[in-house]
Amino acid sequence: MNWEIVGIWLGALVTLCLYSFLYRDNPYYKFAEHLFVGMSAGYWVIYSIFNVLIPNWWDNMLPEGGGFNWIWVIPGLFALFMLARMVPRIAGLSRLALGMIVGTGAGLNMLTFFQSNALAQVKGTIFSVATGGVWSIFSSLVLVVGVVSGLVYFFFSKAHTGFTGKTANVGITILMVAFGASFGYTIMARLSLLIGRCTFLLEDWLPTIPRLLGIGG
Amino acid sequence: MRLIIPLAITFTSGMIMILNFFIPHQPFALLGENLQEWYMIVASGAIFLGSANLLHVHFRKTRLKLKNWKYSPVTIVGFLVMIVLGLIYGVTENLPFDYLFMNMVAPMGATMFSLLAFFVASAAFRAFRASNWRATLLLTSAFLVMLGQVPIGAMIWDKIPLAKVWLMAIPNTAGQRAVMIGAAMGVVATSLRMIFGIERSYLGGAD
Repeated sequence: MNWEIVGIWLGALVTLCLYSFLYRDNPYYKFAEHLFVGMSAGYWVIYSIFNVLIPNWWDNMLPEGGGFNWIWVIPGLFALFMLARMVPRIAGLSRLALGMIVGTGAGLNMLTFFQSNALAQVKGTIFSVATGGVWSIFSSLVLVVGVVSGLVYFFFSKAHTGFTGKTANVGITILMVAFGASFGYTIMARLSLLIGRCTFLLEDWLPTIPRLLGIGG
Repeated sequence: MRLIIPLAITFTSGMIMILNFFIPHQPFALLGENLQEWYMIVASGAIFLGSANLLHVHFRKTRLKLKNWKYSPVTIVGFLVMIVLGLIYGVTENLPFDYLFMNMVAPMGATMFSLLAFFVASAAFRAFRASNWRATLLLTSAFLVMLGQVPIGAMIWDKIPLAKVWLMAIPNTAGQRAVMIGAAMGVVATSLRMIFGIERSYLGGAD
């Protein structure tokens, strides 16, 4: 059996089943949708076993050189505690695991977000000094005014009246342009996926049909 | 006690991460490094919880013959096939688990996302009616970016791709930066509230 062709047919069948939703909701779409959910969940479980649990937990608890690092039993237990949520009698144990995840995540994200999303962006705005001609100066001005006025729009501790209101209005305008640009970009990204799937159907799948039927070269 | 121990764990782990950042020396460096690995291990427990819940929901749906129950075995079989093949063959390339991922999971993911192109476009058609000048601005900006991305844009007017580059580099950056800075402030505030136990809704209530 040619497994390459089988793979192409499997991909084409699920693609066509999912695209059938463009006509209307139907059993073929529902079948593929449920299959996708199940297979994706299975994929992520296996992925986390082989890429997280084995290298980060198992290999640390039982190192290659021999021995047993008992301290690594703790995260394993905490991971098990997460599953306790499925058993109402011991569901409270999952709070311990949640507490650890939330605490570590909060401590980590607070600093990384502040560094990369606040400080680095402020620095980028301050140092966006124009280096070229009039157009470059205009662009830098739009950037700085856009960031400041956008921030004023998000500042709700002061009523948006007077000068604050006018600045916030400029902020809305910049945000509308930004959201429009992001939206257009997102649509194009989705369209490129669509083109990719159509190319697969036309160039990979369709040529296999005459081959299977024994027609053509 | 029901809340004190989880809150103490949250506070300790949060403070270790903060101290590790500001004092990158022992013992905080080692504690922070280990805690990050622990975090990944415990978070993977959430994936197992989600999968167990998925199975529970679909087994229940099948047992009680709830609406659309006939599709639930498809989810269960799909899940089990991936698990069994993954455990037997591992994630090595060109083996059955990888084969099913490359030929079924990846195409289905791409198709699902590409379906959104149709729905986003139709939603946009309804939402972005040029009702006022700001909506018109949003519409124009989106249209220019889309047009600038494809060859026909340059064929209509050679400055359209340049307009797209400028829109993405200047107004889009300005807007995104404002959102990012605002969101970062929100993350800092919420994280501090969580570490100090003021925000405790994630533990299931404020009792």
